[in-house]
This record gives sequence, structure tokens and C-alpha cells, in this order.
Amino acid sequence: MKLARLRDLALIPAIIAIAVVGYLVNPVFLNSENLINVLQQQSEISLLVLAQALVLIAGRMDLSLESTFGLAPGVAAWLVLAPGITHGLGILPPGLAIPVTLAAGVVIGLINGLLIVRFQLNGFIVTLGMLIVLRGLLTGISDGKTFFNLPESMLYLGNAVWIGLPASIWLSLILFTAFIVIAGYTRFGRSLYAIGGNADAARAAGIRTDRVLWTVLILAGLLAALGGLLLTGRLASVAAAQGQGAIFTVFAAAVIGGVSLNGGKGTIFGAFTGILLLYLVQNVLTLGGVPAQWIGALNGAIILIALMLARVTSGRAQE
Amino acid sequence: MPAAAAESVSKRFGVTVALDQVSMQVVPGEIHALVGRNGAGKSTLVSLLTGLQAPDAGTVSFDGVPAPPVADRAGWRSRVACVYQKSTVIGELSVAENVFLNRQPRRRGLIGWKAMREQAQELLAAWGVQVEVSQPASALPVEQRQLVEIARALSYGSRFIILDEPTAQLDADAISGLFAKMAALKSQGVTFLFISHHLAEVYQICDTVTVLRDARHVLTAPVSDVSQAQLVAAMTGEATSLLAPPGNRARVERSGVPALKVVELDGLSLEIAAGEIVGLAGSGSSGKMTAAETIVGLRKAASGTVYVGQRKLRPGSVPDALSAGIGFVPQDRHREGLVAGLSVAENATMTVPEKLGRAGFLSAKRRDQLGTEAIEAFDIKASGPEQPVADLSGGNQQKVVMARAMANDPSVLVLLQPTAGVDVRAKETLLAAATQAAARGAGVLIVSDDLDDLRPADRVIVLYKGTIVDEMPRGWHDHTLIAAMEGVTA
Ligand SMILES: Nc1ncnc2c1ncn2[C@@H]1O[C@H](COP(=O)(O)OP(=O)(O)OP(=O)(O)O)[C@@H](O)[C@H]1O
Ligand SMILES: [Mg+2]
Repeated sequence: MKLARLRDLALIPAIIAIAVVGYLVNPVFLNSENLINVLQQQSEISLLVLAQALVLIAGRMDLSLESTFGLAPGVAAWLVLAPGITHGLGILPPGLAIPVTLAAGVVIGLINGLLIVRFQLNGFIVTLGMLIVLRGLLTGISDGKTFFNLPESMLYLGNAVWIGLPASIWLSLILFTAFIVIAGYTRFGRSLYAIGGNADAARAAGIRTDRVLWTVLILAGLLAALGGLLLTGRLASVAAAQGQGAIFTVFAAAVIGGVSLNGGKGTIFGAFTGILLLYLVQNVLTLGGVPAQWIGALNGAIILIALMLARVTSGRAQE
Repeated sequence: MPAAAAESVSKRFGVTVALDQVSMQVVPGEIHALVGRNGAGKSTLVSLLTGLQAPDAGTVSFDGVPAPPVADRAGWRSRVACVYQKSTVIGELSVAENVFLNRQPRRRGLIGWKAMREQAQELLAAWGVQVEVSQPASALPVEQRQLVEIARALSYGSRFIILDEPTAQLDADAISGLFAKMAALKSQGVTFLFISHHLAEVYQICDTVTVLRDARHVLTAPVSDVSQAQLVAAMTGEATSLLAPPGNRARVERSGVPALKVVELDGLSLEIAAGEIVGLAGSGSSGKMTAAETIVGLRKAASGTVYVGQRKLRPGSVPDALSAGIGFVPQDRHREGLVAGLSVAENATMTVPEKLGRAGFLSAKRRDQLGTEAIEAFDIKASGPEQPVADLSGGNQQKVVMARAMANDPSVLVLLQPTAGVDVRAKETLLAAATQAAARGAGVLIVSDDLDDLRPADRVIVLYKGTIVDEMPRGWHDHTLIAAMEGVTA
């Protein structure tokens, strides 16, 4: 356990290094305003990282998360918005927008579970297929346009400030803390590691591997939907491309944070430091005056840099 | 009312019939032996009796009550505990967590890590496993991992416990420790199903014996009513004697350049002449496995050198050892010996890509031909060279590892526990193969806890706490060897 805890902190030196560099590049970096800004920017996607980390630890992958991230709030918007300027059906009262968003995430998780756990199809391909199908659905219901004029309830979480911090930061921190405890201190959490480490052995130890996998896939869909809802609130809209391409960053953050793509290895805290490191590097580059047009092009490079940084400072091979 | 019963159960895997209408009953409070040749269906029966798989036909019951459905893991868990032949230790998790997997001690719903570590430490200490329980289980050597599994299975408090070849990886001390605990539990009314290829163990602790042959039930009888010869006859279906005495091998000339020369390798020196078979014996803590693993490059020595013929080996490099002409059978076939998903042929020819074709291109036909030859030479029970080794029975996997070690006509053969889990007849085949390799001029080092493995050796070197304490020419008596291994000097 002691060793595991040390490994958990592996990225802290890298984060400190980036903080020092950031400060040298531009002292604004350490302003609380800037740091809060970084935390808020990463809070939505961090929920995808959390979801992916749980799935990865259990030895699976869920590529469809990035599409769930867009489709779940998209479906809610579609159902509650009155027909008019945007594509909407207006068949549900606005008050149901949040429940519908979360339910959409659960349903997507259920479909993934049905195909992967029940029918034992290859999880990588299933969720890749789902990624494309769900994205297509969002484009279909929105006619490729952006939903706006959203009901008040959908905007609340993305904008509210609780005790001096944006609500989305609170939610991200609370959920990560909760799952750090769940993964480290509950039988359910430990069974994720057991299944990811050796599914046959887990079964032999009496773990209901199928049920655990169902749970984690549904949980992942739910977290992705919540993340999507936060972003929707902050931007007051759902674009047809919401979340598109995010899965690359999500995987990178998990791996940088020490979660193994082969399952059974890594921690939730590590995953959090992974996504944090990525966003800090990005922020430093922005502050350093890298023109915004180039940030997009640099995104891949940022991930590779963070990957190398993590490799050097943590001293462990990435899987 | 039997503690456990299988009623004409059948199980097939594709074309392979693993069990064909097998019925057996385990009487409460007995230790029931289950024996049979490699691939006879023993482990398959275990998987049915522990609910890992459902039978294609037939039923399983406990105390007269039909077994729960396969999905009800908790239901099975409460009826039967098991040490499976294939390791179920999860390497990524800590030793402590492996022991308490899915039943971690909790306080207010959360796992109490400290309590768990203490309990695990205590439980394992009773088995003589004194290790830091917070380290990952993958760091433990095979024997200790096996003891972790045994300690775990026996700690569930089950009234019925299945042990599938628990002794294959254990040394004599650990085995007698296990037997003592089994006897104690038996006196408390616990029932055992015990699988082993060591018939002596069957006679030592079992009350009843059931024999499987080619997926069928052959016989069930009190152990005292069957002689060893009858048992072997029932297993093999033919009446022949056990282990033929080692043939009279010509005396080996120990002159010229030795096939293997080990100089001060972490304090150990030895030489093996071409054509010579040397045994390495010692108790579990003697360091004999470590020494052998260092020789073949699985471990890196702090000091010392190894020569194969004239060639000096790069320390800690298996590829270098292989290219110098070493063939070896690792102790842990699952971790170092096999790639489970690949076919028998691919595994058996893994060390000899040059035999399969030119310029990096492999000929599948040639490979399967070599695979077929290996299947015949080593009497491997497989549906064909394309069958994945994961689908073979444990003993047959071991034969594939042996075939692989021999594939490159090695000039030095290092065998660690070469006959772990193989049946009486296959053991002869494997040891004969080692003897033939020696006859072709290879130097052979056999490292084993099984005295039978050491009998073909021209001499046996005895290791005690890392140093050589004795050397015996062929014809030693069991008790003198054991005494030397225990550190008792004659
Ligand atoms: N998953 C599987 N797929 C295909 N064939 C299998 C599978 N499991 C077992 N078999 C086959 O079933 C037969 C019986 O195997 P089993 O493991 O029960 O033998 P065993 O008696 O335990 O042998 P051993 O003494 O070597 O452990 C073998 O021929 C084996 O190849
Ligand atoms: Mg078996």
C-alpha cells in the first residue's frame, strides 16, 4: 500500500515543474483566478477521464464516452426545446431536461453492457461503433446545428458558483474523491482491479464479474452525460460536435496518470493528476503567447510532451 | 448423503470430449483422491464441481441439494473452496488482498487495509510464508504463490475443499505442512477432493481413490484395496510396471571443455561435462531455483560468470543464453514458459525461428509439421498442432514447454521442476528425452523437488542455504539425499 501511494504521487513532481515553468513564463499563471480557470476548463472532461479510468481498470475500454458527452444533453435539448429556430420537438417540460440527460447516459451504458457483457462482443469495436452511431444521432436530431436557448435548469450547473468556486469544479473534485475512496476502499472498487488483473481468478474468488462490468459501463455513461451537461451549461448550447475528438485526450490523461490500457493497474488519483497535468501544460503554452490558432495544432504535441514528462518523472513504463 | 456428487456429467470442448458421463460421490469427512493421466478430465471435473462451468449434461449436488446456477458465485463459494491447478493469484494486487479478495475485512463499509494486512500476515505465517504482504503478489516465487492459494482456500471455512495438484510446485517441507493441516481439518469433519500425480501422496493421506481415464470414470475404491500397480493399470489401461529403473548409462568422460561451467556465480561453482546429467537438490530455501534461473539468464547475478563451452554468457540475458545453446524449462510455465493464446506448434517452435524458414519468413506448414513431431515425441494430448496451449490440460502444457526447450538441440539443458504436473507415464517420457539429449552430447542440469526427477542423474549436487554441501553419485538412497538436503551431514 505504501508503495502504491508513492506511485500515486508520481506526477506531483511534474506538476510542480510545470508550475515553476509557468510562473517563469508568466507570473499570472499562479494567480488563483488563472488556476480556477484551468480547473474549470478541465472539470467537464475530467469526468470523462474518471469514467474511462474506471472502465480501463476493469480491463475494458469505452470509446463512446466522447459521443455520450454530446448526445446526452443534446437529446434533452431536443426533447424540451420548442420547434422554431433550433431543431426541437418540445414534447417534454423543461424541468425534465436534467433527468433526461442523465437517463440518456444510463441507456447508452446499458446498450454497451448488453453488447459487451451479455453478447460478449469485442468492447473496443462495440464502443467504436457506438461512438460513430451516437455522433450521427446527435447530428441527426440537431440537423448538424447547435441547440441554444436552453432551459434554465440545463444552464445551472455549468454556471453556478458554490462557496467561491464554480459548481463544476466542486462536482469534479467531489466525484473524484468519492471514486478514490470507492476504488481503494470498497469491495466493488477492488473487484474492478481483480477483474482487470485476471478475470478468471476474479470469478474463482466469487466476484460477479458480469454484474461489476455492467455497473461500471453504466456508471461511465452516466458520468459522461454529467460532464456533457456541465459543458452545455457553461457554453449555454449543445453543438453537434460537442465532445468530438475528446477521447484522445481522455486516454492520454489516463495513461499519463498511470492507468494501464491492459487493465488492473492505476489509480483514480493518478488519472486526476494526468488530466490536470495536460491542462496545465496547455495553459502555460497559452500564457506563453502561443497564438490561439496554433493551440489546436499543438494539442497532440502537448500530449506527447506530457507523456514524456510523466515517463521521466514517474520513472515507470507506461502500458 | 455425499458431501459432493456428480451424476453422469458430460462436458465437451469443440471436438474434445473432456468428460463422458462421469459419476462420482465424495463421502463426508474423507480425503478423496482423483487421479488419471494428463488430459483425463480431472480439472474439468473440478471446474464443474466449483461452478466455473456448467456441465453439458448431468447434475452436480452438495449434501443431496442440487448445486446453484453458475451465475450465483456466492452460492458456490459457500459450498466449496478450491485451489485450482491454474494459478488464480492476481499479480497486480498485493499479497494480502489476494488472500482476502472479495471478502476484505470492512469497517463501516470501507475496507480496513491495516486489519487486512495483519490478518494476512498471520494467516500466511502459519504456512511458513514470511513475506511483506503489501507487496504485489507477482513478486513472490511460485512456491509461495501456491502456498498463498492454499492458505486462502483453507481459510474460507468451507466444509468441502478441492485441491487440484497443490503439491506439484511444493518442496517436501511444504507438502508435509499441507498434509498436517489437511489431517487436522479432516478430524474436524472437513471433506477433501485431492488431485495429484504423485501416487505416494495418495497412499499417504487419502481414504478413497477415483480414477478417470480418457474422460470416463474407471474405478472408485478404498485406497487400501488397490495396489499401486493396479492404480497405474487403471490410469493407463494397460498392465505395466511403474517407472522403469534408469537404464545403465555409459560412464561419462569428464574431460575436455565442459558443456556448462559456472564460476563463482553468486558464490556457486559447478561444471557439467558434455553428455553428463547433473541433479541439483535442496530444500525450498536452498536457493537452487534461483541459482538455475541465474544460469539461464532469467536473473542477473551480482557476480560470477557462466560459460557454455568456450563462450561466456552475458549476465541476465535469456536471448544470449539461448543463442549460446542453452535450452531450459522454467519453473513457472504460465509466466515464463508459454504464450497461452498461441498454438502448440507456435509455442514448441518459438525458440527456433531459423528452422521455420529463411529471411524472417515463417512457413506455417513447416511449423505445424515440427509441432506434430513434438506432439508425438512428447506424447502431448492435443487435438492437433493448431490447438491453443491455453486449452490443453496442465500436464500437457508442461510437455509443450519441454518440447520447446529441446527444439534447438541444446548443448546445455537446464530443467526446473521438469515433471511438475505430468502423469506417471509422461514423466518417463520426459526424463527419457533428457537422457537422450545427454546421449547426443548435451550437458543436462535437472533442478527438482521430486526425487524421481533426480534418479537419471549421474551425480546429484546438494545445495543448502546457497552453498554446495554434498555431491552424490548415482545410486544414492532417498534418506541420505533428504538428510543432506535438510543440512544434516552424514
Ligand atoms: N477450455 C478448453 N478448450 C478446449 N479443450 C479443453 C479446454 N479445457 C480442457 N480441454 C481439454 O479437455 C481435456 C481434459 O482436460 P483436463 O484439464 O480436465 O485434464 P486433467 O485431467 O486435469 O489433466 P492434467 O493432469 O494434465 O492436469 C484435455 O484434452 C484438454 O485439452
Ligand atoms: Mg488438470
